[in-house]
Amino acid sequence: MTPRRTANDKPLRIGAAQIRLLEKLCNACAISGGEDEVRAIVLQEVRRHAAEVKVDALGNILVNCRVRDKSSDQPKDSQRLRVMLAAHMDEVGFMLTHDEGDGFFRFDTVGGLDERQLVGKAVWVGKSHVPGVIGTKPVHLTTAKERKNAITLDSLRIDIGPGGNSKVKVGERGTFATRFTRLGASLRAKALDDRLGVATLIELVKNPPSNLDLLVAFTVQEEVGLRGARVAAYALDPDVAIAVDSTPANDLPGWDQGESDALENARYNTRLGAGPAIYIADRSTLSDPRLIRHLVETAENLNIPYQFRQPGGGGTDAGAIHLARAGIPSVSVSVPGRYAHTAAGIARISDWQNTLILLHAALKRMSSELLASPR
Amino acid sequence: MTEILPFLKELISAPGLSGYEKPVRHLIEETWKPLTDELSVSRLGSLHGLKRGEGTEPRPGILLAAHMDAIGLMVTSVVADWLHVTAIGGLDQRVLPGQLVTVHAREDLAGVIVQPPAHLLPEDAQEGPVALQYLLVDTGLSHAELQRQVRTGDLISFEREPLDLTGETLAGRSLDNRTSLAALTQCLQELQARRHLWDVWVVASAQEEETLGGARTSAFQLRPHLAVAVDVTFGRSPGCPEHKTYPLDKGPTLGWGPNIHPGLYKSFKDLADRLEIPYQVEVMPRHSGTDAFAMQIVAEGIPSMVIGIPLRYMHTPVEVVAMKDITRTGHLLAEFIAQLQTDYLEKLSWDDN
Repeated sequence: MTPRRTANDKPLRIGAAQIRLLEKLCNACAISGGEDEVRAIVLQEVRRHAAEVKVDALGNILVNCRVRDKSSDQPKDSQRLRVMLAAHMDEVGFMLTHDEGDGFFRFDTVGGLDERQLVGKAVWVGKSHVPGVIGTKPVHLTTAKERKNAITLDSLRIDIGPGGNSKVKVGERGTFATRFTRLGASLRAKALDDRLGVATLIELVKNPPSNLDLLVAFTVQEEVGLRGARVAAYALDPDVAIAVDSTPANDLPGWDQGESDALENARYNTRLGAGPAIYIADRSTLSDPRLIRHLVETAENLNIPYQFRQPGGGGTDAGAIHLARAGIPSVSVSVPGRYAHTAAGIARISDWQNTLILLHAALKRMSSELLASPR
Repeated sequence: MTEILPFLKELISAPGLSGYEKPVRHLIEETWKPLTDELSVSRLGSLHGLKRGEGTEPRPGILLAAHMDAIGLMVTSVVADWLHVTAIGGLDQRVLPGQLVTVHAREDLAGVIVQPPAHLLPEDAQEGPVALQYLLVDTGLSHAELQRQVRTGDLISFEREPLDLTGETLAGRSLDNRTSLAALTQCLQELQARRHLWDVWVVASAQEEETLGGARTSAFQLRPHLAVAVDVTFGRSPGCPEHKTYPLDKGPTLGWGPNIHPGLYKSFKDLADRLEIPYQVEVMPRHSGTDAFAMQIVAEGIPSMVIGIPLRYMHTPVEVVAMKDITRTGHLLAEFIAQLQTDYLEKLSWDDN
């Protein structure tokens, strides 16, 4: 058997196996409250690598990656820092709400979806991914005035085909029928938010640092109010926590109407290719400065590219975790991704790899000294 | 024997935007080769197939036209890591954000159509649907790679693998009008075992979505005595006006209006009644929106007919058709051709129908 130390020192990388796993995770459907499909994949991946794996009352997967290293330079059990990592398994999508007959269903959105992104898409419904489409009136039958108004959710239906109610029923969930595709150095898929985080944490469970107690939560219901993370943090009771997510890269060009009045894009949130995004503040969390400093020092010491996510709106599981129990010092790190919550996002493999490397390195040099001085 | 469903899936997986029909034309050519006596390509890119009749020469000829071109987008410029685009064919801008596409650059590039956040748009464009001029295509490539790969004028197809829906329906892109090419193929297959006096020209017409240019020039070159445009028509779905749409799986529509010769219409209607082939009547008070509009006024004029196959969500990447309507259309056309007598034209009259 290969000693743990050797495995632990090998630099982690995103190779073909990791991309294949991400592909499987992204092609699976796990709309908030119905995370079964992703949960099954995660359990299959982590079970043989972790000391303790359990599924809690909401469906979170809680993993304790206890590594009992016998060497004398490692802290004793009682002094080991308990570090929680969280990535959410759920994604935004739809739920069928009314059967209108002939295979037409009304539906509602689950999570933050721009209604303008729904029209003209193919969808998968239910556990067996029954195909359907969200159509609209042909352009030939619309007026110019009509085309200036957004198509509302109320006027849209999911069409399964004649007799479709034999295949799916009200209450079933669906999402965009988008298959994972590699685009050179980039990836195109649905649900990169947050399967990138899930895939990252699976790698860390498989390669846990031995200097601390790594507690990993694959959470549910993030997209409908950070509900899984809240109870996961309570149950795991960590000393510190890092939420690993995918945050929007709104790094598109501003509309250019000629040299003089080109809009500069000063609100990009993050940029693709600029490395992992470290959060300072979002709508739900004021990150712990000791953790921010630790991540930045790690990145700079090891020449890992990183960026600060522009402070502003949005939120991650850290929003619920840092308020658990008497408070848990928390931070978030995200893989930047374009077009989250649409049929197809785009992320760059290098950003994902640098996120994995940064987290792994930061964990390896983390100890209880991190919390020695107050916030 | 070509199975219609797999053939249609192949057709709607192939590119072939208006004016650039070669990839889809190649598939049709392969399939029609054993079913026709002659195949040729017109100056504007339409495919002509001739199946000779058994009548004595000079034989009359009937032309069946179904356009093979598809709607899509075209690159107008490269900005940073993105492409600006314009439309080929009629598109509702509200359908575009989030659609998967293939950019036919030096190599085919997968991409997605994106709607920039409001704060990156001019003030008057920040609310409601985002106009086509502000939408971008992202291929995941860097600016340098894009500069190497993409040229202004490169074509962009919607990327949508065919989906089998319930009730023997098929969803996908470009079913307008590859559906009708499947129906023409069905007709040719049935004619293999039938005797017919008339020459039959099957035409996969080019450029319908932009100019109707393919059918117009093909009809001039081939000079048929009758012309039938086979195209998709508006399928009924929630939110569509009932009086302008036709339910799926109730048979093809027979067009009625100024683009259509009333005698020819009556012949089709009577035949469908006699053979108990289900059909619906589609009134077309002005422009039929099909190749018949162009073919009717070619040269000294050609008696024309329109047959429609109901299709939901026209000009989106998730159009839906019922497979049975396709075979019914092919069957009706084959039966019509098989019963055409040499003197049909002499009896054909505009009046009293």
